[in-house]
Amino acid sequence: MAFLTDRKRAVGMGSAKSGTAHHWHMIVTSVALVGLIPLFVFTFGAILGSPYAEVIAYYQRPFPAIVAVLTMGVGFLHFSKGVQTLIEDYVHGLARKAAIIGMICLSYTAAAVAIFAIVRIAL
Amino acid sequence: MADVNRGNRPLSPHLTIYRPQLTSMTSIFVRITGNALLLGALLIVWWFVAAATGPEAFARANGFITSWFGDLIMFGSVWALWYHTFGGIRHLIWDSGRMLDIEHAETAGLVMIIASVLVTIFTVVVI
Repeated sequence: MAFLTDRKRAVGMGSAKSGTAHHWHMIVTSVALVGLIPLFVFTFGAILGSPYAEVIAYYQRPFPAIVAVLTMGVGFLHFSKGVQTLIEDYVHGLARKAAIIGMICLSYTAAAVAIFAIVRIAL
Repeated sequence: MADVNRGNRPLSPHLTIYRPQLTSMTSIFVRITGNALLLGALLIVWWFVAAATGPEAFARANGFITSWFGDLIMFGSVWALWYHTFGGIRHLIWDSGRMLDIEHAETAGLVMIIASVLVTIFTVVVI
């Protein structure tokens, strides 16, 4: 114990544990999404319902494609952190860990699939 | 000892004994809308994958999303998205230490309900 500083002994011992970093990630992603969501809603909404060829041409333009890539990436990151809070409030024990791992995997998979698809259309 | 009388101690008041208030209900709906947005988001992921795959796959995904049922999910998602966004902005304001008193918190709750409805109508009309 003598080799540890007082600060090192205290880190992670509070009730929040890694909660401060989690909260900070929520703040950063939510600030990013305040800008991204209006851009995504009005670019995606403008093309939804159009024929196939127009959709492909639309997402070959840089602006709509980059907005969509960022929104899918940041959005699913934000979702994975947010749904973790929901699970931690209502699910306990092993089911909690399983649910959190499952939702993190789902979030990253959905983000990767969406970004791959948009990049494939764009390039 | 800390473990004496464990399990027989009074519980602090929980959600169910409180009358619903504007602040608690707007907060609960931020949670519900945020998590429910998974459905609309996964539909959009499907739509992008289908567009990247080819015309037949796109016709299936696009057909579902633009059907009456898909329209219903998308309309609900647009409202949920705006509501959750305004709820998030309210959280950012609170995190900066502002508007934490009851009067301002309730005003912010009313503003986010009204703004989410108006911006949803605006979005549907523009799109």
